[in-house]
Amino acid sequence: MRPEDARYSETHEWVRANDKKKEASIGITDYAVKQLSDLVHLELTPKVGDSIEPGAPFGEIESVKTVADLVAPIGGQVIAVNEDLVENVDTLKTDAFDDGWMIKVKYSESKDLDELMTAKEYKEFLDSLEEEKEEENEKVDDDDFM
Amino acid sequence: MGYVPHTEHDIRTMLSAIGIPSVDRLFDCIPERIRLKRPLDLPPPLAELELRRHMAHLAAKNRSTAQLRSFLGAGAYDHFVPAIVDALASRGEFLTAYTPYQAEASQGTLQHIFEFQTMMCELTGLDVANASHYDGATALWEAAAMAIDHTGRRKIVVSQLLHPHYRAVLRSMLQHLDVQILEIAHAQGLTPTSMLRDICAGAACVIVQNPNFFGILEDLPAVAEAAHAGGALAVACVNPVALGILRSPGECGFDLACGEAQPLGIPLSFGGPWAGFLAARKEFLRAMPGRIVGETVDTDGRRAFVLTLQTREQHIRREKASSNICTNQALMALRATVTLSALGPGGLARMAELCVQRAHLLAEKVPGRPVYKAPFFHEFAVEFQKPVHEINRRLIEKGFLGGYDLHRDYHDHRNTMLLCCTEKNSPEDIEAFAAALREVAR
Amino acid sequence: MSPVGQSGGPSNGVSLLFEKGSPGRSGAYLPAPDPGKGLRDLLPAAHLRPVPPRLPEVDELGVVRHFTELSRLNFSIDGNFYPLGSCTMKYNPRINEEAAALPGFAALHPFQPEEEAQGSLELMHLLERHLAEIGGMDATTLQPAAGAQGELTGLMLIKAHHKDRGEPGRTEVLIPDSAHGTNPASCTLCGYKTVTVKSTSDGGVDLDDLKRKLGAKTAAMMITNPSTLGLFEERIEEIAAIVHGAGAQMYMDGANMNALLGRARPGDFGIDVMHFNLHKTFSTPHGGGGPGSGPVACRKHLEPYLPVPRIVRDGERFRFDSTHPKSIGRVKSFWGNHGMHVRAYAYIRHHGAEGLRQVSAGAVLNANYLLARMRGAYQIPYDRTCMHEFVLSGNRQKKQGLRTLDIAKRLLDFGFHPPTIYFPLIVPECLMIEPTETENRETLDAFADAMLRIAEECKSDPEKVHRAPHTMPVKRLDEVRAAKQPVLRWHPPPPAER
Repeated sequence: MRPEDARYSETHEWVRANDKKKEASIGITDYAVKQLSDLVHLELTPKVGDSIEPGAPFGEIESVKTVADLVAPIGGQVIAVNEDLVENVDTLKTDAFDDGWMIKVKYSESKDLDELMTAKEYKEFLDSLEEEKEEENEKVDDDDFM
Repeated sequence: MGYVPHTEHDIRTMLSAIGIPSVDRLFDCIPERIRLKRPLDLPPPLAELELRRHMAHLAAKNRSTAQLRSFLGAGAYDHFVPAIVDALASRGEFLTAYTPYQAEASQGTLQHIFEFQTMMCELTGLDVANASHYDGATALWEAAAMAIDHTGRRKIVVSQLLHPHYRAVLRSMLQHLDVQILEIAHAQGLTPTSMLRDICAGAACVIVQNPNFFGILEDLPAVAEAAHAGGALAVACVNPVALGILRSPGECGFDLACGEAQPLGIPLSFGGPWAGFLAARKEFLRAMPGRIVGETVDTDGRRAFVLTLQTREQHIRREKASSNICTNQALMALRATVTLSALGPGGLARMAELCVQRAHLLAEKVPGRPVYKAPFFHEFAVEFQKPVHEINRRLIEKGFLGGYDLHRDYHDHRNTMLLCCTEKNSPEDIEAFAAALREVAR
Repeated sequence: MSPVGQSGGPSNGVSLLFEKGSPGRSGAYLPAPDPGKGLRDLLPAAHLRPVPPRLPEVDELGVVRHFTELSRLNFSIDGNFYPLGSCTMKYNPRINEEAAALPGFAALHPFQPEEEAQGSLELMHLLERHLAEIGGMDATTLQPAAGAQGELTGLMLIKAHHKDRGEPGRTEVLIPDSAHGTNPASCTLCGYKTVTVKSTSDGGVDLDDLKRKLGAKTAAMMITNPSTLGLFEERIEEIAAIVHGAGAQMYMDGANMNALLGRARPGDFGIDVMHFNLHKTFSTPHGGGGPGSGPVACRKHLEPYLPVPRIVRDGERFRFDSTHPKSIGRVKSFWGNHGMHVRAYAYIRHHGAEGLRQVSAGAVLNANYLLARMRGAYQIPYDRTCMHEFVLSGNRQKKQGLRTLDIAKRLLDFGFHPPTIYFPLIVPECLMIEPTETENRETLDAFADAMLRIAEECKSDPEKVHRAPHTMPVKRLDEVRAAKQPVLRWHPPPPAER
């Protein structure tokens, strides 16, 4: 299941931080992977040494019929980029939270982390999304259901 | 008039199924105030019999290359077209199909585009090609945009010997995007490569045409080397018939190549519809605009073809797409594919060789001063004692379509005509044309 | 014939032409090279290709068979009902093909002296006038090669207009969320930022959202009317007034003009500039994805910015005119897709005013008839009188475990091309159906019967629908493989296998 020690964003990225070292890994959640389905291509734009801002895109992930921006949940200086994942994007299907890490950053501000959701809050957030979807479908359905 | 098949009975039946009393009521959703309350001001309808006569009458007001013996090129070339091209391209299954989004019902279109892509890769010596563009000029604009995106640089270097319309399209299409276009003047009919290295520093790309607008063969390896030394991409705008015999852009170190497929079996049609092609080295694959067909398998493991890498395109990426192109020119690309299939490598080389031979024959016979000495493909510039439009007017009276007036675009080329020969200009025509020129250009 | 492809299995039935033929084989099309100096005498070796391109080497009959076989793998209007929403797949009259193929048009060189091209210039002038009349506009350019290029051209006119008025700070374009993807992409290419305006539950533009997003930065609103939902925007005048009130321009995507011919004119409901799709409304053939043609028509105040050259009439003579200092320049080489101009002009002349009104009547009648027949079997998200097309949702079938894609693929087994699917994006599991006016009642009924039967099958035999199509030359394709390991060209086999 989703790791308890990670924090989550509304755009379905996760962050796992080592607050002593001020280092964090960033990736996307199993939910995002499932929504995208058929993954075909991953592009990670930053190079080691680049600094990224919270909320800024750090790459793109493509499936056959969609493309999504990867949004940095926290800012910092990039210390590693997972090139293996770029080569084997299917790793995300089986292991979104460990081998599926995308970039590692050195950060200074811990407060960005506090604004993100816990695993429990993220689960509740996903449940509310599903409910909204259901409602929309029902709304259309009511009109003409015989 | 028209092609609506309904009888009164059909209409009544359909209206009653809908539950509405009249067809006009279907338009009630258009507010009364803005409904058109008069007939459109158009000429009366013509039955097919009358329409055929009317269209023939309009066509007869033109005097085309079907009547005039043409020595005019300048980006539009009158080549031989095998009879099978019209026969195959006019098949309704190709003509009246839509974009092959439903792959299972569109294998015909998908496969001929895959074959087109392969042929464009072979001609240009590059790794990937797309399904085609509106024309050569817009393909070039897309190539320039790719170079700008790829390098993050906002300056492009363009040879003055690129077709004037292509330069105009680049100017108008890039004017809103804060891109600087640097035009480099020619030296003796060639793009100068000596100072190119310095000019290219900080540029996204260098664009040259080969053969250039004056018909002369550029030193492509030197251009590519200079571009790369400055960190710019090298972009070639090329003639596909010439590529039957000339060294390919890929071989000469170019990153991108594009051009106009019109010389390959596409009628002149007063400038369109034609088809642009665009090819690139494989590292630019995901930056390519437009449709691309790829090979895959079906659930039974059989080979089949499908539109692929669609996430690059506007219908998915919307405002983030690098291009807004939606259609390609599939039917025109089909004509090029059938033409190349019919000719084969030997026929294409033969066509190109005849172009070279006939153009050089004309260059020998023609009165007037050849302006440049450099090697040329099937066009060359000649200077006369009189303005070109005067000479051309007299030539028309004799049944000849004379060359392009270079003074329109190059003010240092007074009284200079760009002449063109293809395999369609027989040695006898060339003799007759040279004789006519000797008479009228005096 | 060797049907084994690179992918290891038998192919869709037709080998690539590259896999056929034999070295040295070809038709006899061209005479022998001239005696005397040959290629190597006339051009330096450094310019010449050491190895010829690897093109197919096939006899003429082989080429004819190959492309005939390929053609048989295609659905087409000539062969099948093709109700693709917003694509207007109507019959392409053959008389128009014949006209465009007349040597007077087809063999005309674009740089011929104007005196020798008077027929074509006259035709272009008349087509410009007719399109302006149909759109309620003042001036037209025929230069853009397709709808998307028309959009970009129209936006460039708007940009030039604001700049000319000293308002370069207008940098945003408002676009409804139901818009076609080319709209936002065209904005980006014109240097504009796209701002999305929401739709209301009845399918119209949300006026409150529009007012919130409109301002001093707005350059234009781009609207498609009828919308991609097949609905006429009943508040279009009010929208135009609000947008104009803020100093911005109204652009209309004319993709759906088939519904309005002779009924309403964009110029009369507040549109400043629009494009036409000759390949939709005016029946020029789609050709498997082009060529199209996307003329742009505008009101007087935008005319100075139209691309050059313009066509002008001097008495009985026509000529090109490039003396327009405010023009945005040139968007395409030469004068546009002239062959398409010839076809569209012939189409308009065949119909006349009353004929075009019958086109819109037939298109709207056919769509509403099909809509009526779908009721009960499929969800209808916007259940009211539609224009030339309508949208369904496959939501109900989704609950039975089937997707709209499955329904679309199953339609192929009945000999019908599927409607546009998953567009517009705001309708879940969307099917967008545009029958066009040239289909007769029997065809519409047969299609409706197939749709109803598929709805039944979704309940009774879902696996059959899920595995469709069953009758096509190929089954469903592995699109993931195509995108993940792209094979975009034929490669010759390694020498050992040759």
